[in-house]
Amino acid sequence: MVKTNGDAKLTLKTEEVMVNIGPQHPSTHGVFRMRVTFDGEVVTELEPIFGYLHRGSEKLAEERTYTQVITLTDRLDYLASMSNNLAYVLAAEKLAGIQPPERAMYIRVIMAELMRIASHCMGLGFFINDLGALATPLMYMFREREKILDLFELVCGARITFSYMRIGGVSGDLPEEFMPALVKFINEMPGYIDEYEALLRENEILISRTKDIAILTAEKAINASVTGPMLRASGVPWDLRKSDPYEVYDRFDFDIPVGSTGDTYDRFLVRLEEMRESVLIVKQAMEQIPSGPFRALAPALIHPPVGEAYAHVEAPKGELGFYLVSDNSIAPYRCKIRAPSFINLTVLRDLIIGWKLADLVVIFGSFDINMGEVDR
Amino acid sequence: MDWFYELWPKLGEAFRGWLESALPDSIEGWVIYLVLGLLSMLVIVNLPIVGVMAMIYMERRLLGRFQNRLGPNRVGPFGILQPVADAIKIMTKEDIVPNGVDRIVFNIAPIVMLTPILLMFAVIPYGGDTFLTNLNVGILFIVAITAVDTIAIFMAGWSSNNKYALFGAMRAVAQLVSYEIPLLIAILGVVVITGTMNLNEIVAHQSSLPLILFQPLGFVIFFVAISAELNRSPFDLLEADSEIIAGFHTEYSGMKFGMFQLAEFAALMGYSAVIATLYLSGWEGPGLPGYLWLFVKVFFIFGIFVWTRATLPRLRIDQVMALAWKFLLPLSFLNVAITAVEVVVWENGLPEWLIPVNIVIGAGLVAIMHRGLNFQGQTRQVVPSGPERLAAINRPVGGGTE
Repeated sequence: MVKTNGDAKLTLKTEEVMVNIGPQHPSTHGVFRMRVTFDGEVVTELEPIFGYLHRGSEKLAEERTYTQVITLTDRLDYLASMSNNLAYVLAAEKLAGIQPPERAMYIRVIMAELMRIASHCMGLGFFINDLGALATPLMYMFREREKILDLFELVCGARITFSYMRIGGVSGDLPEEFMPALVKFINEMPGYIDEYEALLRENEILISRTKDIAILTAEKAINASVTGPMLRASGVPWDLRKSDPYEVYDRFDFDIPVGSTGDTYDRFLVRLEEMRESVLIVKQAMEQIPSGPFRALAPALIHPPVGEAYAHVEAPKGELGFYLVSDNSIAPYRCKIRAPSFINLTVLRDLIIGWKLADLVVIFGSFDINMGEVDR
Repeated sequence: MDWFYELWPKLGEAFRGWLESALPDSIEGWVIYLVLGLLSMLVIVNLPIVGVMAMIYMERRLLGRFQNRLGPNRVGPFGILQPVADAIKIMTKEDIVPNGVDRIVFNIAPIVMLTPILLMFAVIPYGGDTFLTNLNVGILFIVAITAVDTIAIFMAGWSSNNKYALFGAMRAVAQLVSYEIPLLIAILGVVVITGTMNLNEIVAHQSSLPLILFQPLGFVIFFVAISAELNRSPFDLLEADSEIIAGFHTEYSGMKFGMFQLAEFAALMGYSAVIATLYLSGWEGPGLPGYLWLFVKVFFIFGIFVWTRATLPRLRIDQVMALAWKFLLPLSFLNVAITAVEVVVWENGLPEWLIPVNIVIGAGLVAIMHRGLNFQGQTRQVVPSGPERLAAINRPVGGGTE
């Protein structure tokens, strides 16, 4: 009989694998990079690396006049330029003490809510794409986004970088064709949302891939100052349109969809429901919109008094804030942007560690970040 | 019209006659046999290649329609020359071999991938007298020979010196080996009923009723397992583009990449033909000749594959494995057991009233096993939007709709 050593065991040598996901990867939504360590398929360590799209927007803003800075804000979250415009002009108006006319405020609200629908379309579409659904829902969502972009093209001629809002109003009044086109779209849109829901909500594969995956608790979300649909999916009813109403949001009746567990499925559903609420807001705004001037009388070059102002809006991705400091010149002395995508990424590592490679892209997709905003 | 129905055997006969008259008498008979054999092989090898071009066109157009866009429509009428343009492009592309790859394995892998798939077409019957070989273990041969692909995928993934490719290769080994078992056992049901592994005889057995009616559960298991074997959605983990770029063929370019694509689509075509042969009575059908009927069925099944690909998201690797071991494998054993009992009880052929019974049994078993799989977890309504709320949102607003 062969004498065996009791301690000797058959051991397979295993090794953790370090993989660079990004900056060029199909599902990093731009040029995001994650340095991920895998044990087999399981993520054991993750380090996000930013900055591949850094353009120095904040510094550039110090060399531009207050009006010119609007064009820089277009390029932050390029899927939601109208919301960026809105946040910036609110900050500048606060700084200069300019009150926009009523009609302008309604136009801005309509634009911001349409922008939210378009942005959520993209967020959900790419999220489903990360799940591996080969672009079919994405293409349907592109169809609606296209219609919204057509509407924007009517009012300002641009389709991505609008620069439509101005300090004290908007750049031009709504054209005659706009309202009929908007009525047509806004009456169709709920049907389209039902279509997405019918395709996706009860899909067993989608549910098994997202339900109870990467739960973000309310406490952790608040501690990491996560905002937007991610925070609401965790069950915190925090929406700046309700909790700190700007423009004319306090005149509308709408709900804040909240999730219950904060898993990936909740983040998906909250966005889906928010599109419905946005439709509702636009409908009310269309009925209430007064006639009158679309822009306050403000000089082209404003010299705000020395001081500082912070304004924030509920952008599609979360709380987008602009902090402006004036030294009474034609350009801001300092412009700080609170980018929701960037701050939401705080919890990325905590959420992903322990899940598998396939979950990694799905969880990351459920963040709905935009690199233009993360890197600024 | 006779020549139309018996096109390929008649062509073969005509060619043999011509050869015999054209060649001098001193040539021995085996030479003619060899020439004829090589010629048939040429036809059979080119069949999947031409078929794949049609399938690529069909897939891209169908996906386009599913996704609310047009699909390729620029090259030729309705874009039918698009696969030709693709083929020219891929053949003239630079063949890049990255640094640090295992050159021999890297170069062999596409060949190992494609060859078994082409061999598969040798045993598929295209008509009563239209086949290359009449192998008595035809279906076993097909499953055995295509199993070699797992090795080819692992060779490609391992030799590429790329971590994404390695992930793809790891997934390939786990997934493909797992799904081979329910696949084979599902085929056993057919073999038990027909009593043969010869594909010609299996088709002959279905001349009155297709076997899908007696084997609904087996068909479902086979279809799901074959989707996984062929890396089709929702089991396309080996080349999940949103996760691991292109999986095992990430580092391939040019015609080597083309060979992987070709092998994939040819396997799809071959296995669609196998599904048609095993469950949908193969080349049998009224009106059209056998070889056309087979391709009608092949493209119909392929259409279903495209449909699932356009609709379903992807599963995760552990869910894929759970589906194979906890769901398909027990179901396939049950299927074989039930089929065996039926065959023993009704020795002289299964009665027709078994068809609805079998469908009910199959559906019931799937429902029971599905509950055991616990795929979905508990259901809950996360973001409620009640009927009044929906009514408020969907209420039309007036003014200038026209």
